[in-house]
Amino acid sequence: MTPPSKPQSMTELTAEPKPRTLPLRRTTVDHSRVVDDLLDRPQKVVARDVNFFYGEHHALHDVSLSIPQNCVTALIGPSGCCKSTFLRCINRMNDMIEGTRLSGQILLDDVDIYRPRTDVVELRKRVGMVFQKSNPFPKSIYENVAYGPKVAGIRQRSQLDEIVEKCLRRAALWEEVADRLAASALQLSGGQQQRLCIARALATDPDVLLMDEPASALDPKSTARIEDLIFELKDSYTIVIVTHTMKQAARVSDQTAFFYEGRLVEVGATTDVFTKPRQRQTEDYITGRFG
Amino acid sequence: MSLAGRGRPYAKAASAAFAYVCALCAFASVAVLLILIGQMLRFAWGWLDFQFLTSFDSQLSAHRAGVKAALVGSVYLIALTALFTVPVGVGAAVYLEEYAARSRWRGFVQTNIANLAGVPSIVYGILGLGLFVRGMHLGAGVLAGALTLSLVVLPVVILASQEALRAVPNTIRQASFALGATKWQTIWHQLLPAALPGIMTGVILAISRALGEAAPLVAIGAAGFVMFLPAGVNDKFTALPLQIYNWTENANEEFQFHVAAAGIIVLLVMLICLNAVAVYLRYRFGKRIRW
Ligand SMILES: Nc1ncnc2c1ncn2[C@@H]1O[C@H](COP(=O)(O)OP(=O)(O)OP(=O)(O)O)[C@@H](O)[C@H]1O
Ligand SMILES: [Mg+2]
Repeated sequence: MTPPSKPQSMTELTAEPKPRTLPLRRTTVDHSRVVDDLLDRPQKVVARDVNFFYGEHHALHDVSLSIPQNCVTALIGPSGCCKSTFLRCINRMNDMIEGTRLSGQILLDDVDIYRPRTDVVELRKRVGMVFQKSNPFPKSIYENVAYGPKVAGIRQRSQLDEIVEKCLRRAALWEEVADRLAASALQLSGGQQQRLCIARALATDPDVLLMDEPASALDPKSTARIEDLIFELKDSYTIVIVTHTMKQAARVSDQTAFFYEGRLVEVGATTDVFTKPRQRQTEDYITGRFG
Repeated sequence: MSLAGRGRPYAKAASAAFAYVCALCAFASVAVLLILIGQMLRFAWGWLDFQFLTSFDSQLSAHRAGVKAALVGSVYLIALTALFTVPVGVGAAVYLEEYAARSRWRGFVQTNIANLAGVPSIVYGILGLGLFVRGMHLGAGVLAGALTLSLVVLPVVILASQEALRAVPNTIRQASFALGATKWQTIWHQLLPAALPGIMTGVILAISRALGEAAPLVAIGAAGFVMFLPAGVNDKFTALPLQIYNWTENANEEFQFHVAAAGIIVLLVMLICLNAVAVYLRYRFGKRIRW
């Protein structure tokens, strides 16, 4: 079964990364500035000198990274290198963890999301997140997707119906669940649950979509579907994806950032990072010599 | 090898003996309960009939005495107790778990609630006498009784609700916040529904405790002999445990044994019904919500 909406991309996705038409260039040392002029696109999210602490533990060190609009940025690196930590900084989910602290700036559309006046609830409506482990609510499929719009104040049933269908279609789940929207989301398979979580994140109509290893628990088929989806979504969203598989990073992303021990080692156009990495550590990692 | 060979039969025998001892303990406790219930049924036989349920107490003849006033009084009492304890108990639990979770103040309150749960109910009775009956001039009516019993069972409701909230996985909170829900929306739409079975179970256990309490009602001066149904919340009333106690004090053996036993059976049936509801809830919702 191929996803009905996008039959052409399956072969394309499994092929070797081909150069994108985007005007991406390699970066030099100061990532944030270079990425700035690297693209003619606006920079959706800009991190400047971000240091992050879990209590005493200094997790992120001086991370500066620009994330261009309507692109897919992949965060790669060995386990424990703070990819998820960085991702959670972008929608301030780290605020939920006791004793955390951040210095530096993260700009969303040129506004610092860590300035004191920030409305975190509004921020999270604009920056959606799909978690590493799928976490549907113990409610019906419909309620899962409709939750975001509902808490945002949409009450009209017809409008909610429309959003639910649209988002489930975009997450390539509609065909499988259309006849049982009232069934519990916990009855779905792991892959379906993950796609449901994606649909749920889309329902709030965010600008930025953060995905923490969205396909880590999935079989190749579901993975391909999710990659298809990311491909499609890129037109309307800015996507940041954490992934452990180099192939996936190469397949879906336009820009790749390599993290190592809490530092951003290298960032650049995906094709460049994978074909001619500038740092030794990057090369070792992507060729599988460590990590 | 030989050592192990020699040791094995003894170990086996000891193990079997231990299992028998444990089974005996389990059987003994059930046996005591069965003997008790059997005895009560024997005493109550022929006395527990429709007339018993629909008549008021009588000072003249044990054959005309009934449990009507106590039954209705108990129902009023537990209904009001539930009405007071559910909002206050759940509110307190939400505050402690979701709002004050990280404060030092919480540790203080938490310790005190745990201590309050262990305070003998007669102490609450004295408090109720001073506070509600005399201080607020409520008299020894249904309202004062329910308020006093609310004090007795409130810690149970708080602790059970806290437990239920704590059992809701953190991923649900994260998912809800990540979708731009406020704290209040997360609590109302996700946490309370998910915790509801646990909360209900706690409330029912608290109610059954309130149903069986005699000491606090004695302390506030509730009546043992009532010939009318309470019409208002400040009316004189009696409750099942109090009525039973009153009958066992009677010099007439017909009251002391047979009427009291019939009352005890009524009380036990009510308690068993409540517990059955609790078990049903746990079974029903435990099946539906799997994490
Ligand atoms: N809640 C937390 N409290 C304290 N330390 C944490 C917390 N979460 C993560 N860390 C620490 O921060 C570091 C980075 O963790 P993080 O989850 O960001 O790694 P990661 O790159 O996402 O790893 P993985 O690829 O395995 O998911 C680790 O050393 C981890 O122990
Ligand atoms: Mg991670």
